[in-house]
Amino acid sequence: MFDAHDITLTVNGKPVRASVDARMNLADFLRKDLKLTGTHVGCEHGVCGACTVLVDGASVRSCLMLAVQADGRSIETIEGVAGAGELHPIQAALARHHGLQCGYCTPGVIMTLRELDHDRAGGTLSEDDIRAALSGNLCRCTGYQGMVDAALELFGPAAAP
Amino acid sequence: MTELPKTQADPHLRWIGRNAPRVEDDVLLRGGATFLDDIAMPEALEATFVRAPVAHGLIRGMRLEAARALPGVNAVLAFADLRAVLTTDRIPLALPAGGLRFDVDPPCLAIGEVCYVGEPVVLIVANSRRIAEDAAALVELDIEPLPAVVDPVAGLEPGSPKARLDTPDNLVARTKVDYGDIAAAFEGPAHLVRETFRLNKGGGHPMEPRGVLARYDALEDRLTIWDSTQMPHRAKAMLVASLGLSEHQVRVVTPDVGGGFGTKAVFHPEELAIPAAAMLLQRPIKWVEDRFESFTASIGERDQVWTVEAAFETDGRLRGIRGHLRYDHGAATPYGIALPFNAATNLIGPYVLPAYRMDIDLCLTNKTPAAPTRGAGRPQGTFVMERLLDRAAAGLNIARDEIRRRNMIVPAQMPYTIPVKQRDGSMMVYDSGDYPQCQSKALDVAGWQDFPERQAKARAEGHYIGLGLANYVEATGRGPFESVGISIGPSGKVVVSSGATAQGQGVKTMLAQVVADVLGLEPASIHVVVGDTSATASGLGAYASRQAVTAGNAAFAAATMLVDKARKAAAELLEAAEADVEIHNGMLQVKGVPGHGRSLQQIARALAGTPGFALPGNLPPGLSAASDFMTSGLSYTNGCHLAEVEVDPETGGVKLNRYVVVHDCGRMINPMMVEGQILGGVVHGIGMTLFEWMRYDAEGQPLTVTFADYLLPTSDVVPRVEIYHLESPTPLNPLGVKGAAESGTIGAPSAIVSGIEDALRHLNVRIDTLPLTPPQLRRLVRAGART
Repeated sequence: MFDAHDITLTVNGKPVRASVDARMNLADFLRKDLKLTGTHVGCEHGVCGACTVLVDGASVRSCLMLAVQADGRSIETIEGVAGAGELHPIQAALARHHGLQCGYCTPGVIMTLRELDHDRAGGTLSEDDIRAALSGNLCRCTGYQGMVDAALELFGPAAAP
Repeated sequence: MTELPKTQADPHLRWIGRNAPRVEDDVLLRGGATFLDDIAMPEALEATFVRAPVAHGLIRGMRLEAARALPGVNAVLAFADLRAVLTTDRIPLALPAGGLRFDVDPPCLAIGEVCYVGEPVVLIVANSRRIAEDAAALVELDIEPLPAVVDPVAGLEPGSPKARLDTPDNLVARTKVDYGDIAAAFEGPAHLVRETFRLNKGGGHPMEPRGVLARYDALEDRLTIWDSTQMPHRAKAMLVASLGLSEHQVRVVTPDVGGGFGTKAVFHPEELAIPAAAMLLQRPIKWVEDRFESFTASIGERDQVWTVEAAFETDGRLRGIRGHLRYDHGAATPYGIALPFNAATNLIGPYVLPAYRMDIDLCLTNKTPAAPTRGAGRPQGTFVMERLLDRAAAGLNIARDEIRRRNMIVPAQMPYTIPVKQRDGSMMVYDSGDYPQCQSKALDVAGWQDFPERQAKARAEGHYIGLGLANYVEATGRGPFESVGISIGPSGKVVVSSGATAQGQGVKTMLAQVVADVLGLEPASIHVVVGDTSATASGLGAYASRQAVTAGNAAFAAATMLVDKARKAAAELLEAAEADVEIHNGMLQVKGVPGHGRSLQQIARALAGTPGFALPGNLPPGLSAASDFMTSGLSYTNGCHLAEVEVDPETGGVKLNRYVVVHDCGRMINPMMVEGQILGGVVHGIGMTLFEWMRYDAEGQPLTVTFADYLLPTSDVVPRVEIYHLESPTPLNPLGVKGAAESGTIGAPSAIVSGIEDALRHLNVRIDTLPLTPPQLRRLVRAGART
C-alpha cells in the first residue's frame, strides 16, 4: 500500500519536491528517489552511523528518520560536501592519514566530523573529544586511528587557528 | 626501521616502499563509489528471503498463495521451483580435506529440513524490496521442530541428537597434528600445565553487508553477476557447475566492496539462488543482505574448546604439548576444515616445540555454517600457546619474557621446518624472521623493564595496571597462484588486470605502485581492474593475507616482461642495441641520449600492427604481458604485541592504556597501508577479546543480531596503536614481501589477557575464556579475592 505524502525540502542547497510513501525512510529516499547513493546503509538499526546525514546542521541517522519528517528541512549529504570540486579539508585529511579503507563508513564519518567542526566553533579539541564524537560511527577497517589523526590535525591543539 | 633490503627489483625504486597516496580514496571520499546496492539498474527486481525461524526442523508444508497474490510480487520460489535451472541439489562447495568424514554442501534453498536459524527457505521476487518484505510476512511455514545441537562438546557425545538427519552423526571431520615422540615428552620429571579453554570468535562484520545482482541476457545467452565477493573466480566456477553453463556464458564482477574479512570469501546460498531466479524469470534481480541476515546467514567463526596439557623442562623449555580441540562447525562445510587446522598449527608460533599432538574433532551444530574470518583460527591457537607459557612462567618462577626467549626459534635456524604437512602437501617451513629481536624491541618500546616499578606505584594509588605480551607467526601468501596482466594499447593507457580482489586493503594502489616502479610512471596514471572474471581468465582472490605476495609479484614479473618487450621494439625502432635502451618516465630511450626515444604509447601503436606491414623486430603483436605468480611456499609474517591495561576490579571493566606492535612482514610496498591493515587487525582482535560475542540460546536461537547486542569496538574504547617494523625479506618471492592483512588480530587476545592477568596477579586470576566480558571478569576477581 502506497500512502503518498508530498514533501518540500532542501537537499545540498537545492530545492526538492517529492511525493513519498509514508513508510519510506530518509536514507532510502536519498538513495533511491534522489539517486544520492553516497549515503550508505549499514545496519538499519540506527547503530552503525554509516547513513549519517545533517538535518538542519545536526547529525541524524537517516535510517531512523522518515522521509516525510524531512518536510521543510534542509539536508546535507556527502555529495554536498565538496561536489566535484577540490576535496573539503576533512576529506583531504582523511586521505592523508589513511582514515579510510573500504570507504563504506566514510560518508557517515565525514558528516559526523562536519558537525563536530561546526559545534567546536573554532575551539580546540582533544583526542578524547574526537574519539567521543566518532564513537557513533562503526568502522571495521581502520581501527579509527587515521580518522582520529585527521580530525586532530584539523581541530586539535596543533591545528592552525 | 631497518634499512630497506635489496631485492631483485630495480634498485632505483621510486614507489615500492613509499606511502603513495591511495588511488582508491578520491571517489570514496566524495560518496561517488559504486557499491553493490548503488548500481543503477532501474529494470531490476528486488528480492528477499524467508528464512528458517528455528534452528532445526522438518518442513511439513508452506503456504505461499497469499504472498504470490500480493500486487507487485513477481515470483515466490521454493527449492523445487529453482531446481528446474540447477544441475544438482547441493552447491558443490566442498574443498578437498583429508579429515572430512562426509561433505555437507548446502542447497541454495532448504530441501525438506532446516538446520540453522537464518537458512534460506523461500525466495520472493518483487518490484521493490518493500513489496517483497510485505509478501514475506504472508508466507506461512509449517515446520516440525527437531532437537537442536548447540554445543560442540555435547554434540559429540554418544546419544546426542543429530544436527542434520542426512548425516551419520555430528562428527563431520576428525584430523590431527602429530609429530615427535609425544609420550616421551611427558615421561620423567617435567613441569606440567593442564588447561581447558573455551574460545569464541564471531563474524567478519564488514560494514557493507553482502549482496548480489544478476542479469541474464537472453540475446547473448549470458549471465552477468555483480557480487560483493572476495573470490569472483570461485563464484563463477560454482555458478558454471550449478547452472550447467559454460565458462564464456558467466561473468562475475565485484563492484566496490565495503569490507570482507572472510565473510565474503565463502560462496553463500544466495549467490546461487539469485542468479538461478534471474535465469528462471529472465529478469534482472537484486538482493542486498540486511544486518539481521548478516548475523544469521553469513558465515562466522564459532566456539573452540581446547583441552590441553604441556610438559616443560624445569628451565622453562617446552618438551611437548598434547590435547584435544573440539570445534563448532555449524550446519555445513562451506570451506573445508582449514579453520581448526590453522588454529592447531598456529599454536606452535615462533617457538621450538619438540613434540606435539592435537586431536581435532569438528562437530556439526545447528548454527550458521562456520568459516574463517580475519585471523582464521590463528588467534585462538596463539592464545592457547601464550597462556600455557604464562602459566609455566608463573609455576616455574621465570619471567614471562624470559620463558619465551628460552623457547624461541633463532634466526640461525631459518629456514625452520616443522614436520607438519599442510593442505598443499608441503611441510610447514618458516622462511625468515628474527623473533628474539622482535620481542626485544617491543619490550624496550613498551618499557617492560621499568614496568614493575610503575605497577607498584599505581597499585599504591589504587590502580590495577598490567602489561601483557604475546608473540605469533602467520602463514601468509597462500597459493597456488595469482594472475596479473598488463597491457598498453594504442591509447597509451596502462591497464593492469588481476584475479586479486579489493575490499578496502588498497590492492589497486599496491599493484599500481609495483607497476609504476618498473615502467617509470606515476601510480595514479595506471588503471587497475580487479575482481572481474572477464578481465582475467584465472584468479583466486582475497584470502589468507596473500595478495601483495601473489598478485604483487605477478605484477612485478608481468611489468618486467612488458618492459623487456618494449625495449626490444624500441631498439629496433631506434636502431640501437637493446642493451643501450633504458626506460625512464615511461620513455624508452638510448642511454646518454635523452630525447632520443619512443614513448610506451608509440611502441604500443607500432606493436598494434599495420595491415600488410611487418611488426618491429618481428616481435609478437601487442604491448602486453601476463604472469601467474606461483608460490613455492608460505611466507611467515611475525609480530610481538605488548598491551598495557588497567582493570577496574569493581566493574570488571578493562581499559587499554597503551598498545605496542612490532611487526615483520618483510619488504613493505606501502608502509601506510600495511599499518592500516595491522591497525584494523588489532582492533578486530580487541573486539574478539573484550566485546564481540555471537550468542545462541539452548534452542539455537541467535541472541545477538544487532550491533547494539553484538558489540564492535568503537573509537572511544580502542587505544592508539604504536607500530614499529622489522623487515626480514622472504627469500620466497622477488619482492621479498609477506602478507599483513590478518596478522594484527592474532596477537591481540593473548597480549590483552596476559596484561589483565598481570594486573590481577595478587588475586591469581586465570582467564581461560574468550570473550572476557565485565561480568565474567568481576566473577573471577571475586573468586580470586575469596581464596
